[in-house]
Amino acid sequence: MHLSNYLEYLRKAEANLARGFRKIAEGHAAEADVYHTSMTLAMQCEAHVEVLTPFCEHYGKEETGEPDRLYHELFTDCRSGGLGLLRDLQDLYLMTNACDISWTMIGQAAQGVRDRELLEIVNACEGETATQIKWLRTRMKQAAPQALIVAS
Amino acid sequence: MTDRIKEPWGQRTPFGRDGEWPVRVDQFLEEGVSEDDVDKWVQTASILHSNGDALDIAVKDGRIVGVRGRAVDRVNRGRLGPKDLFGWQANGSPDRLTKPLVRDENGELVEASWDEAMGRIVGRSKELLEEKGPLSFGFYTTGQLFLEEYYALGVLGKAGLGTPHMDGNTRLCTATAGQALKESFGSDGQPGSYADINHADTILLFGHNMAETQAVTWMRILDRLAGEDPPNLIVVDPRPTPVAKEATVHLAIKNGTNLALLNALLHEILANGWTDRDYIEAHTTGFEELEATVAECTPEWAAGICEVEAEDIREAARLIGGSQRLLSTVLQGVYQSHQATASACQVNNIHLVRGMIGRPGCGVLQFNGQPTAQNTRETGANGDLPAFRNWDNKEHVQELADLWNVDVMKIPHWAPPTHAMQIWRYAEQGSINLLWISGTNPAVSLPELHRIRDILLKEDLFVVVQDIFPTETTELADVVLPAATWGEKTGTYTNTDRTVHISEAAVEPPGEAKHDLDIFLDYAKRMGFEDKDGAPLIEWEHPEEVFEAWKECTRGRFCDYTGLTYEKLRGGSGIQWPCNEENPEGSERFYTDSNFNTYTTTCETYGHDLLTGAVNTEADHRSMEPNGRAFIKAAKYLPTHEEPGEEYPFLLTTGRTIYHFHTRTKTARAPQLNAAAPEVWVEICPSDAEGLGIGEGDVVRLESVRGAVEGRARISGIRQGVVFAPFHYGYFDEKGARPDGHPRAANELTITDWDPVSKQPLFKVGAVKVTKLADADGVAAPAPTTTASAPVGSGGPDPEQTTGSGRAGVTERVGG
Repeated sequence: MHLSNYLEYLRKAEANLARGFRKIAEGHAAEADVYHTSMTLAMQCEAHVEVLTPFCEHYGKEETGEPDRLYHELFTDCRSGGLGLLRDLQDLYLMTNACDISWTMIGQAAQGVRDRELLEIVNACEGETATQIKWLRTRMKQAAPQALIVAS
Repeated sequence: MTDRIKEPWGQRTPFGRDGEWPVRVDQFLEEGVSEDDVDKWVQTASILHSNGDALDIAVKDGRIVGVRGRAVDRVNRGRLGPKDLFGWQANGSPDRLTKPLVRDENGELVEASWDEAMGRIVGRSKELLEEKGPLSFGFYTTGQLFLEEYYALGVLGKAGLGTPHMDGNTRLCTATAGQALKESFGSDGQPGSYADINHADTILLFGHNMAETQAVTWMRILDRLAGEDPPNLIVVDPRPTPVAKEATVHLAIKNGTNLALLNALLHEILANGWTDRDYIEAHTTGFEELEATVAECTPEWAAGICEVEAEDIREAARLIGGSQRLLSTVLQGVYQSHQATASACQVNNIHLVRGMIGRPGCGVLQFNGQPTAQNTRETGANGDLPAFRNWDNKEHVQELADLWNVDVMKIPHWAPPTHAMQIWRYAEQGSINLLWISGTNPAVSLPELHRIRDILLKEDLFVVVQDIFPTETTELADVVLPAATWGEKTGTYTNTDRTVHISEAAVEPPGEAKHDLDIFLDYAKRMGFEDKDGAPLIEWEHPEEVFEAWKECTRGRFCDYTGLTYEKLRGGSGIQWPCNEENPEGSERFYTDSNFNTYTTTCETYGHDLLTGAVNTEADHRSMEPNGRAFIKAAKYLPTHEEPGEEYPFLLTTGRTIYHFHTRTKTARAPQLNAAAPEVWVEICPSDAEGLGIGEGDVVRLESVRGAVEGRARISGIRQGVVFAPFHYGYFDEKGARPDGHPRAANELTITDWDPVSKQPLFKVGAVKVTKLADADGVAAPAPTTTASAPVGSGGPDPEQTTGSGRAGVTERVGG
């Protein structure tokens, strides 16, 4: 069963996203809203990691070999300035979307194996991930004109 | 005669539930002037708070010599607060700005002609338009201009220049009020009315020191309390305000924990079935999310966070749950605090789950801090689109383009309007290069003042300041434009409960000072703004023409002004919008049929996530199928962003008193008001003071990571662990007071942080340390003894210390 691989993949992706939110918060701390919201969202991702862990362990017993390159990193370090902020938010946007679709797939699998508990976790977390995407989109839409037209 | 410094609310005129509030006409004339000497009385309303109290200005020999309340008015029935009774004297202050100022080659501000000053602004504007385009312009306005001025500014900014960077200090006072109304009900606009005070059996005042911020509305509550069948009062405030002193239940919660308390109140209301299930079913959406969110939020849970007794939370919930007619009012204790919009929405939710909206006594008043804040929200001077249009609705934007005859692409609508703090950030980063500030003093009122001063001083930022006095901000400007003020110009404005008043020019402005409207129109003309047919975009010359144009902008919209005229507003009392063919005499309450403005085609916003501020799309909104149902939105409590710790162990809260208003530019120039609260002070509770070895009047220093403030300590009844400093003390009126010497502006300390949804900055939460600098030497803190800052314990000053010293005698005529 490959569910374990995907659970592990999502756990890594959420942990990495949490790190990403923390990095972007600190790298762009002068943007007060980015700082505070990113810190809040980082905590959300960390909570996701925590609730996924017992399921990773449970299904891990049946782990099979991962396909190549199941996991790869999109974002490592912050850029600076208005354009840098935009580009960093864009990386996080892609990472969050990767988590979002993973929640969907794991939710499908949870239905298939009739794992009520896992399904509850998916329902609780995927809404938060969807909001993270929305926030990133909102913030990028706000920043784009100034960064692309008049910022030096 | 009543000394209205010593007794700010005057004598009682008790009345019972559902009765009519008796008339009491307050009058104050300058010494040596009697009623017979007055040449004429000129109609106006207050411009020193959001009550909108109607009053007449007494004129003698072309000079203002006093005021009296208007008995016919629905808002105040003749009463005036201390700020209105005495504040007008500032108009005649000898240090008014009377000539434009420009910076010379030595960097000094020197007098110039209007041509020279406007020439510089227009020259720089044209250069910038050529080099960088409209996104390099920012406008930062106020909550104290008139509707006509805001609308003209909105049109020249949005359709003339085409910049989305327009906001004002209403972001600091009213942004959350507007946003909470939009999130819950689909549109801005106050559902309730001040008259709900007459009918309510329970009043919930949340973070609202009404006694000091809206003194006349408080008089109405005091008169209910003194009459038959008085209402229960539930008060949430960390300070022992005059409101808290009258409370049935006072919840002195720890700052920044409003949402925890509200979630617990809702938990109790739901758990005990104090809900109107039919109403919830028929008229709301989102109830299940609220149920799930508050399921675990017991009074015990909240008691641990808010640091109040669980039993008190239960008692407050019981009173709310048992009420038949509940009125709630909300102000800065919520709006300028942590999770502001989420909290304000929970107050709306209390009314929605109890089905208490749209009926007499069942009102929600999301208040404003400033007198004309409502108009910035209506006209779009705060960045929104005029007449509550939705920036994300193409048809709404097209309506404006048609009205103004400009290409729809000209009007910025591609993202939410730029909020004030972002405008300042763009200026800091150098992408906004012209900042036009009108009628406000950000160098004292914004958070983290050293940062604001640095921005204003930036080489690449051209700063225009339009004001009536030299201020901490004009000092840093490139061009200063002398403006006329209340009593010197004609226009209209709208108070918290949608009451529109006319304010007439009573006297001429001093020197070369110009009406704000004329300044904006002059700029538009000199810039040569055109519509798409090449005709001048703006052809107005007089306020009444702008008002007529504004009416067209509101036709068919929620804030419909089409039934109003200057003539109709003259002579009588204020009139509440919507005022149109169907409601020729105005409208007391909204949502009497529980049909909310949440249709996807008409709503003002598609809504936000309360935790992050993420915006919903049109598709999101449509899929929720609100169709006239109100939104019940929930959010989990989160700890504040800056918690006290070892180095900075105290929570700081800031606020105003009954004797001062916005950066004190006017109130410090009114002798009675200034004498009552002349200098900054620091409030601390007895046990905290004892621990630090601080006594009444000792000089103390408050320090945060951002800056410091020094003042004398007042040992007051504030909650433990919290210190208070009044905001809006600056540096203009005291020799020696300086940011680098004797700092006294509370905003030296406050944090750059804002609510994710309303973008309102946080002035009520921040961590500070307190150190003693010097002994009192027998001097008490310069804090009023009549208000929330009253001394407690022994050894403090005489509790009767604050008086008008024989200069604040006011005539109060009960019955007119």
